[in-house]
Amino acid sequence: MSERHLIVGAQLPNGERLDLLLEGGRIAELGTGLDARGAERVDAEGLVVLPGLVDLHTHLREPGYEQSETVLTGTRAAAAGGFTAVFAMANTSPVADTAGVVEQELSLGRAAGYATVQPIGAVTVGLAGERLAELGAMAQSRARVRVFSDDGFCVHDPLLMRRALEYVKAFGGVIAQHAQEPRLTEGAQMNEGALSGELGLAGWPAVAEESIIARDVLLAEHVGSRLHVCHVSTAGSVEVIRWAKARGIDVTAEVTPHHLLLTEDRVASYDPRFKVNPPLRRAEDVEALRAALADGTIDIVATDHAPHPVEAKEGEWDASANGMVGLESALSVVHRTMVEPGRLDWADVARVLSQAPARIGRLAGQGGAIELDAPAELVLYDPSATGEFGLERLAGRSTNSPYLGETLPGSVRWTFHQGYATVRDGEVREAAEVAGLAAAAGSADG
Amino acid sequence: MARAVLTQADIQRALTRISHEILESNRGGSDLVILGIPTRGVILARRIAETIARIEPDAAPVPVGSIDVTMYRDDLSRTRTRTPQPTEVPAGGIDGRTVVLVDDVLYSGRTIRAAFDALSDLGRARAVRLAVLVDRGHREFPIRADFVGKNLPSSHDERINVRLVETDGDEGVAIETADGEGEAR
Amino acid sequence: MNHLLGTRELSREQAVELLDIAEDMAAVQEREVKKLPTLRGKTVVNLFFEDSTRTRISFEAAAKRLSADVINFSAKGSSVSKGESLKDTAQTLQAMGADGVVIRHPASGAPLTLATSGWIDAGVVNAGDGTHEHPTQALLDAFTMRRRLHGAASRGRGLDGARVLIVGDVLHSRVARSNAWLLPALGAEVELVAPPTLLPVDTRRWPVTTSYDLDEALGRRPDVVMMLRIQAERMHGAFFPNSREYARTWGLDDARFDALPDTTMVMHPGPMNRGLEIAARAADSPQSTVREQVANGVSVRMAALYLLLSGERGAAA
Ligand SMILES: [Zn+2]
Repeated sequence: MSERHLIVGAQLPNGERLDLLLEGGRIAELGTGLDARGAERVDAEGLVVLPGLVDLHTHLREPGYEQSETVLTGTRAAAAGGFTAVFAMANTSPVADTAGVVEQELSLGRAAGYATVQPIGAVTVGLAGERLAELGAMAQSRARVRVFSDDGFCVHDPLLMRRALEYVKAFGGVIAQHAQEPRLTEGAQMNEGALSGELGLAGWPAVAEESIIARDVLLAEHVGSRLHVCHVSTAGSVEVIRWAKARGIDVTAEVTPHHLLLTEDRVASYDPRFKVNPPLRRAEDVEALRAALADGTIDIVATDHAPHPVEAKEGEWDASANGMVGLESALSVVHRTMVEPGRLDWADVARVLSQAPARIGRLAGQGGAIELDAPAELVLYDPSATGEFGLERLAGRSTNSPYLGETLPGSVRWTFHQGYATVRDGEVREAAEVAGLAAAAGSADG
Repeated sequence: MARAVLTQADIQRALTRISHEILESNRGGSDLVILGIPTRGVILARRIAETIARIEPDAAPVPVGSIDVTMYRDDLSRTRTRTPQPTEVPAGGIDGRTVVLVDDVLYSGRTIRAAFDALSDLGRARAVRLAVLVDRGHREFPIRADFVGKNLPSSHDERINVRLVETDGDEGVAIETADGEGEAR
Repeated sequence: MNHLLGTRELSREQAVELLDIAEDMAAVQEREVKKLPTLRGKTVVNLFFEDSTRTRISFEAAAKRLSADVINFSAKGSSVSKGESLKDTAQTLQAMGADGVVIRHPASGAPLTLATSGWIDAGVVNAGDGTHEHPTQALLDAFTMRRRLHGAASRGRGLDGARVLIVGDVLHSRVARSNAWLLPALGAEVELVAPPTLLPVDTRRWPVTTSYDLDEALGRRPDVVMMLRIQAERMHGAFFPNSREYARTWGLDDARFDALPDTTMVMHPGPMNRGLEIAARAADSPQSTVREQVANGVSVRMAALYLLLSGERGAAA
């Protein structure tokens, strides 16, 4: 049942062109002029091979919101975007705040087989910001949770935040903070600035993000713990993180593809596809975020893939849900915003979309180098492709992409997870087929 | 292609004749109100009132005003939005008086039909008469002018172009063969 | 004009045309027969997701005086608040054959969404959306100013050189926004005066000036002083310490009113909080345009409905 592939002539992130033989879920051979020995031949002429992408910030919606997404459909979207692992945010229903829920999530991911699903645990019970969830139990569960987040909500109580940062040191955990001062953002609808005043939409001021990040880096320094900042969106936040890193504070940060590409000007249409939290910001912020990703102040790109059903994204702005799907478009947006202008090369892309997120999340078996005997977690990307980003590019259950109708570069041709292809020549494989391959790979694992 | 049919002098002679005819049929200028239909009908109405004042210098001046029919048209939703013009009814109103409606060109009769509706919302006239500078035929309503400057039989694809000094800088009436520009009238 | 969603996209020419038509409509309101047959057979739906009897009645009178059929759809307390979406409501109106929809909605941008969604073919008039725009209110304010300034010679004119002071809760006021775009387009100079907490954080792109001191601003002798309503809920948002301090610092009280020349117009979009943003003496003075504003509202809304609904739909106006 296990698949064997010979990838011929792929360009590695370092620019080398090599053949890769995938066998037994690993890179069995690496070199030039390799013999297929019966493996399926994959012509990778003109394609870039990257380690399978790892998303530190995905909302899979299951359990509880299956009309938006399930573990199966969300990981199918991940595969379509070249991802081989996703960290699943805790804001499901029930909330992932116990060992039971995170283990269920893990099992659903394994059964679907499109990508590794690594659950994130809630910091507080029910994301309510009042009592710590059972962080230790989740860490010791089969799901081996290392990333904890109340994402969607900010852990705004400074004492709780301090305790959470301290507590997870015991097992090498990290708190991923959704930085949003709640009182400064009550009813907030878009970035606060000239445009919000004109459109009559309640403002979400940059300071509501920056003040929490400033507080949290100081707390992390004080207790000697590890902090991760979710979806950094403002130039001021970048300055705070730059300062913290220079000071030696153990902080990492992510930026979303949409904050790298889109500005608040899109809101003038009142089209709820552009409603997201944190909101789209000014062009100056976008530029600061790109610069920070290029110089390493921001460590990674994470999608904040947030599926919503059509009815939540087609009415009036105030009543519409926050969030955008992003797994399927992430690599193309990074290509457009960072690679095309020469600010990142493909090795950097491998770092910010695979290696660094796996390292921050302490996820073994993902985000490694492309080398002999490494796990066969790979994506083959065609950087020369270009076209309109249409509905056919979306593989999840929801269609709330802000890029529909936009022209984006590149296309994911093949994704390999545990040695088998989840995307074959641009087509996501059937769920039953993938589940069968996953079951076989799992039993082979022992 | 334009063919001149009335000169400025012809127009003035026609208006003078119409003024005489109005006085004659009304047995003098008393109880008359002259209402022009914008835009050029208003100018013609004023000229008729002035002419009547010259003919009967001792009588009280005949009240003159305007009546816009835009809001009463039956073809509003068939064309682009029309900009209405002011309606100005002389101080004494129209109740019990003979109203002479004045327009430049009488064609389908739809404008005049709309004017009847507009008039009835302004009051109850004793009688309504119609004066036009040009009657080009092709009526779509049983409407007939009482006072006509000139009958100009025309075909549908021709256009009657009335120019008056006050609105157009020069004066005359011409028949134009439609070249696809402007709406026939 | 296919929709009237805001004043921001109105050119001076369009605004003057609308005001001129409103003059014609006002003349009709002075006749014995106040009704015109213009929109006979057309259906106008008043779709109100927010209570506003005053505005609804004004639009209803305007539509009826143009002989349109009027359907009042008060979406508050109906199935809409039980989760029926704007889309479902719009599709119901489409099925009813609405030619025009007058929408009042608590969410900024809802009229634009309704007009551009493809759910309906009807012309959409914004009767107030969230804290965004209230174009017919600004148009009736401009109409009222123009009549007071130019009387019978108003037609064809703007508000060139008129100096207008708008005082109060600009941040949450759709009336202030619509006036801030419209009045400068008509040639007026607009100054906004408010506590800093009630001005948007950044108004540099607005065609207006701003200041914080009402007495200084009144000392510059504006031609028009427009007082905005202070909503009760602002008292709890820490925008200012209490109503007494607000009235003392930003209210048009007797002393401030008495110091104004008697040619200064005093305006208020209503309903007024007497004793808070405006004292009774100012509100009831001959300088107050509050009652004219109500009558002019009908004329301006007739003009708007005429421009939207009389022509062939989609034809360039
Ligand atoms: Zn978040």
